[in-house]
Amino acid sequence: MIRIETLRIELPGFALKDIDILVQDGEFFTLLGPTGAGKTLMLEAIAGLVPITSGHIRVNGRDITHIPPEQRGIGIVYQDYALFPHLTVLENITFGLRYHKTDPQASEQWLQWLMERLGLRQLASRSISYLSGGEKQRVAIARALAVKPSVLLLDEPLCALDPNFREEIRHVLKKLHQEVGITFLMVTHDFAEALFLGERAAMLNHGRIEQIGPVSHVFKRPATPFVAEFVGMRNVFPATFDDAKAVVDDLELDLLEPPERDKRYVAIRAEDVVIRKEKLCRNNVNVFKGKVLEVIDRGISHEVLVRTGTVIFKAMLTKGTLLEMNLLEGKEVHIEIRPSSIHVL
Amino acid sequence: MNPKKPLDPFFWLTVVCGSVVVAFILLPLIQMMAQPSLQDLKEAIQDPAVRRSIWLSIYTSGLAAFISFTIGTPFAYLLARRDFPGKKFVESIIDLPIMIPHPIVGIAILGLAGKNHWLGHLMHQVGIYVMGTVTGIVTVLTFVALPFYVNTVKAGFEAIPVRLEHVSRSLGASPAKTFLRVTFPLASRSMLVGIIMCCARAISEFGAVVIVAYHPMIAPVLIYERFTAYGLKYSQPVAVWLILVCLVLFLLLRIVTGQRGSKTAAGKKPS
Repeated sequence: MIRIETLRIELPGFALKDIDILVQDGEFFTLLGPTGAGKTLMLEAIAGLVPITSGHIRVNGRDITHIPPEQRGIGIVYQDYALFPHLTVLENITFGLRYHKTDPQASEQWLQWLMERLGLRQLASRSISYLSGGEKQRVAIARALAVKPSVLLLDEPLCALDPNFREEIRHVLKKLHQEVGITFLMVTHDFAEALFLGERAAMLNHGRIEQIGPVSHVFKRPATPFVAEFVGMRNVFPATFDDAKAVVDDLELDLLEPPERDKRYVAIRAEDVVIRKEKLCRNNVNVFKGKVLEVIDRGISHEVLVRTGTVIFKAMLTKGTLLEMNLLEGKEVHIEIRPSSIHVL
Repeated sequence: MNPKKPLDPFFWLTVVCGSVVVAFILLPLIQMMAQPSLQDLKEAIQDPAVRRSIWLSIYTSGLAAFISFTIGTPFAYLLARRDFPGKKFVESIIDLPIMIPHPIVGIAILGLAGKNHWLGHLMHQVGIYVMGTVTGIVTVLTFVALPFYVNTVKAGFEAIPVRLEHVSRSLGASPAKTFLRVTFPLASRSMLVGIIMCCARAISEFGAVVIVAYHPMIAPVLIYERFTAYGLKYSQPVAVWLILVCLVLFLLLRIVTGQRGSKTAAGKKPS
């Protein structure tokens, strides 16, 4: 269990402020945020590698705030692997064993299991320089776990990998976490990774935490405009509310129910903005006339920008639908937004 | 470069300048090496004074390098890894011995080690003499050669990612053990280069040594003395021997430590 209390780290030009996080025993916790949010800094603070200004860090009830890194029992895996280039695979993995007095037989068994699990048996005597990215990351994970840390910190472990290795290491991490029962704390800027691996997540932005909760909850119910955009809600607008209506500039959107007070934004996923060529004569809730402003190729899908009045909506269409509807810039269309797709923040 | 295109004049300018530089360095050396006959060389090496001076040159330089290695390595590490107020100032102090004219180095050290200074007085009382002794020679050689070692090794430490040390600490190794098991082996190549630079600088020193210790004679002083007393012809064979011995020694040092060094270098290569 990691308990971080009112942690504050001040550096020239950057500060982590008011960080309060509780990571449960054996949990897979993800720390999410864009580049420069302070994620790596926080990991290094937990590992004891950067001095903290104030606050406390406790692991399993023990206050480790002022304990040197070598006595913390916290493993770290960096995105660039940070393997010792002058040592072989096996020498890397066993690097820390001599500092941990354990039963040699149990330790050997654990080592064999780890290497088997991570597929490193055949690589044991190899030099580090000839390994692939995925192999290097597996060595780094084995090296950190070999000493049985109470917590494993992962700093964007998938970031530097090719897509096929990324998939592989993602599964390795998930299985390993289920099997070893060690608390994992992973930093990432990729929400999809967090969805796949994490149980709970903290969203970090400009050195502050914006939301903490189960990953699926953060995904479905973002608390701030920043989190909404981070989890892929492409339409975030400031709004005023009047009973069960939201007013965005000159548009009135019907909501399912009147929002709580102090809400100031609406957020809509691009895939929930439906584009129609004709206005359907149904009950006509939240149907607006607009003009296609731009069609942007996003690879698998296309993003269509539609202007209605002064508001620009972003919608997501597959290539097939796009061709079928023959959507071109300047074309008049109707958009429909179901009240249930509108998130109020 | 595309072979079809005519080479541009600037390229030829760089080639011409390069050739001038190489010739400028090699011509005098080749001339000097070719001048003495084998008989001259044989006579020179049979002279005990010559052998003694060359040996003295080598082992005082070696000692200077050893001292630089011992105290310069932790210092270079400090400079490479820590920021502290006045760091720029400290770094420029390190470079001072490179800039100061060599006789001034000798005079400055004598001023401190003389009886009139309290430090010199203290040293005399415990039996350390600088004027005209091997101690004096080693002192000035270390003074002039230390910056070369510190600067080289500092750059070597800076090239090692600090994350490697972080990981080592997180695995349970103390700062000292981390230095010994991770940083030191990875920096060994730059330390070797530092030692060679340091030795090379020390063995070529003349101006500072001649002030502090004309006797016992190191090779450059002996060569100077033969030149002023007997002329060019008598100084050349000694010079040739000094150069030859140094070349062989540096080559040996590279071979002996090369095995481990090349492995480290290969390991450093990003894949």
